[in-house]
Amino acid sequence: MKIRAQFAMVFNLDKCIGCHTCSVTCKNVWSNRKGIEYAWFNNVESKPGVGYPKNWENQEKWKGGWEKVNGKLELKAGGKLKKIVQIFANPNMPEIDDYYEPFTYDYARLHNAPLSEAAPTARPVSQITGEKMDKITWGPNWEDDLAGEFAARAQDPNFANMQKEMYKQFENTFHLYLPRICNHCINPACVASCPSGAMYKREEDGIVLADQDRCRGWRMCISGCPYKKVFFNWESSKAEKCIGCYPRVESGLPTVCSESCVGRIRYNGIILYDADKLLDAASTDNEQDLYKAHLDLFVDPYDPAIIAQALKDGVPQSWIDAAQKSPIYKMAVEWKIAFPLHPEFRTLPMIWYVPPLSPVQSQIDQKKLPTEADGVIPKAEAMRLPVQYLANLLTAGKTEYITSALNRLLAMRSYMRSVNVEGKPDLAPLNRAGITEQNAKDMYRYLAIANYEDRFVVPTAHEEIRLDDYHGFQGQNGFTFGADNSKGYGTFALFPERRTESAEPREPAPLASPRD
Amino acid sequence: MNAINFFFGVYPYIALSVFVIGSWIRYDNEQYTWKTDSSQLLSKSNMWIASNLFHVGILSIFAGHFAGLVLPHALWIGLGVTDLQHQWIAIVAGSVFGTMCLIGGAILWLRRMFNPRVRAAGRRMDAFILSWLLLTLVAGLSTLPVSIGHANHGDPGVMLALSGWVQSVLTFQPKPELLAAVEPVFRFHMVLGMTVFLMFPFTRLVHILTAPLSYVGRAYQIVRSKRRLKAPASA
Repeated sequence: MKIRAQFAMVFNLDKCIGCHTCSVTCKNVWSNRKGIEYAWFNNVESKPGVGYPKNWENQEKWKGGWEKVNGKLELKAGGKLKKIVQIFANPNMPEIDDYYEPFTYDYARLHNAPLSEAAPTARPVSQITGEKMDKITWGPNWEDDLAGEFAARAQDPNFANMQKEMYKQFENTFHLYLPRICNHCINPACVASCPSGAMYKREEDGIVLADQDRCRGWRMCISGCPYKKVFFNWESSKAEKCIGCYPRVESGLPTVCSESCVGRIRYNGIILYDADKLLDAASTDNEQDLYKAHLDLFVDPYDPAIIAQALKDGVPQSWIDAAQKSPIYKMAVEWKIAFPLHPEFRTLPMIWYVPPLSPVQSQIDQKKLPTEADGVIPKAEAMRLPVQYLANLLTAGKTEYITSALNRLLAMRSYMRSVNVEGKPDLAPLNRAGITEQNAKDMYRYLAIANYEDRFVVPTAHEEIRLDDYHGFQGQNGFTFGADNSKGYGTFALFPERRTESAEPREPAPLASPRD
Repeated sequence: MNAINFFFGVYPYIALSVFVIGSWIRYDNEQYTWKTDSSQLLSKSNMWIASNLFHVGILSIFAGHFAGLVLPHALWIGLGVTDLQHQWIAIVAGSVFGTMCLIGGAILWLRRMFNPRVRAAGRRMDAFILSWLLLTLVAGLSTLPVSIGHANHGDPGVMLALSGWVQSVLTFQPKPELLAAVEPVFRFHMVLGMTVFLMFPFTRLVHILTAPLSYVGRAYQIVRSKRRLKAPASA
């Protein structure tokens, strides 16, 4: 057993209002530079829809993620030799138009135009070529709120095993928002695809990063990630991706997308897992068992044997404390209301989703839909969103898990209604859904109230484990003539910047007040 | 010092020195700039055919030059390859891979010059070095008729002079006089080729030096740790 800590998130889709505040904050903080203006580390898709980039979920087209080949886990795009052979032209690489051609508008024209009968217009301008564009035909969120015709939307692979034609009718239309960021997977396909070893997962918190100095632009991560969340900066020719806001997270702050979330749908926390079992979990035979195998990776942060092992494996005590208070553990493991996005990609993603409810309130009011005994709270199968669609999105098509989660969410509401409206707690719905009264109260606290300190349990990073020479380091990273971090790369440099390791203390200094 | 002495006695050392030291300094100090500068994201059409033809062609040509000119003459004789067979192998391999490289390179050149997105995003150096490589290639291909002429007359003398000169340079005993008798088209190709080495550290060509062959033997997953010491036994 080897215990590792993972920084993870849950997005409660039931409360996502599709305001894109997360996308906009993220873009303003991390990706507002040239070359990466088309890349949205965080985007919010309207589902059903083809998404961003177009048809990203269709791995027959993009060959992202993993698959089982003769009982062995292998990259879907092929093994290492095949990757080397394909390195001159990656056949699975998306083109900029699969995202969209980045554009701005000729705003100056509005000020500079000569006097004329008609009001001047600001024409779109390509941010790649600088040329005027005739017409913008696609964007980062072209299908917002089910825009466009059904035929285009219907390419969504989550319609698998569904009679999708019936959802063409207005009365049957359904819709949910799907905010997406890098999943910081436990078995990342981007890391495995990177020929130069630039992509890596951090041992301390599991955040997946692209080393900008090591990246040579071989482009294999772009196609390897089944979520298409590694982007190619066409200006710098380097891979860039969501960095899990690690400078914030290391300081104990939530990610900027989570912090700014208006609907308070995002939860940040630590979860402990057994790294020795990850390959077996990702290699589970049946796709529909992957969710269960993923769940089984997580370990109980209260178990004394686990705590002892975690400390032995270098997980700091403060992180174990955080794992015990983690909203992620509660939602994913204790209540089982959160699920990984497309577990069938076999990357063991660590952004999990609470499936949305979508009651058809007018029909309920007219007593046309089945409800719980209270006559107000609908049953899971009476939702507008087909359970099969959610299952295709979150559990590789297995509906039982989704139905169970929806029932628990509904039971919590039914219980809270009985407390607040009827004045006497009704435990029957809870018993049917298989949760306790305390569970329901906690779920209410976490999902409905969603206090800041409940949503975000982010322990600060333990920088002291670096054992750098702090005093020697002091003052060295202020003013620089550029490329400061690349200086003296490697140990065999022509003009080495520093002496090798000589000033580093070899033993950890004792803590000022030793912990027991 | 006449031109031949300069270009074939001094210039190779300038080019090789700049190649080695320049690449080393760039690798040490400008890791961020060390990259393929791929533009596949901006335009993918024809890339599969063009880029593969170009890269397979140019790498094979490089390997061919290395095998034919740098490896010692005695090795080939020892393997039972006569000088004339050697020359015919070079002619055939050079024509095949040279043509592949030329077709691929021409498509890439057209793309770089006339595809609006690639052109807008590219640097001037990208277009320049690609043009230079193609010019060198065309000069190299135009030595073929001359070589075939020599081979038809059963005369491997020029080939031996060329490899003798390369080995004289690499053993620091340059003999530029070996090239006085070879046709000017060879010398033209060689000056262009040496200039590629001279410009190498300042172009995107550096990505060849970090061809990710080690990927084949690597574990799939990479985990990096900040930790500089082993975890404390108990804390």
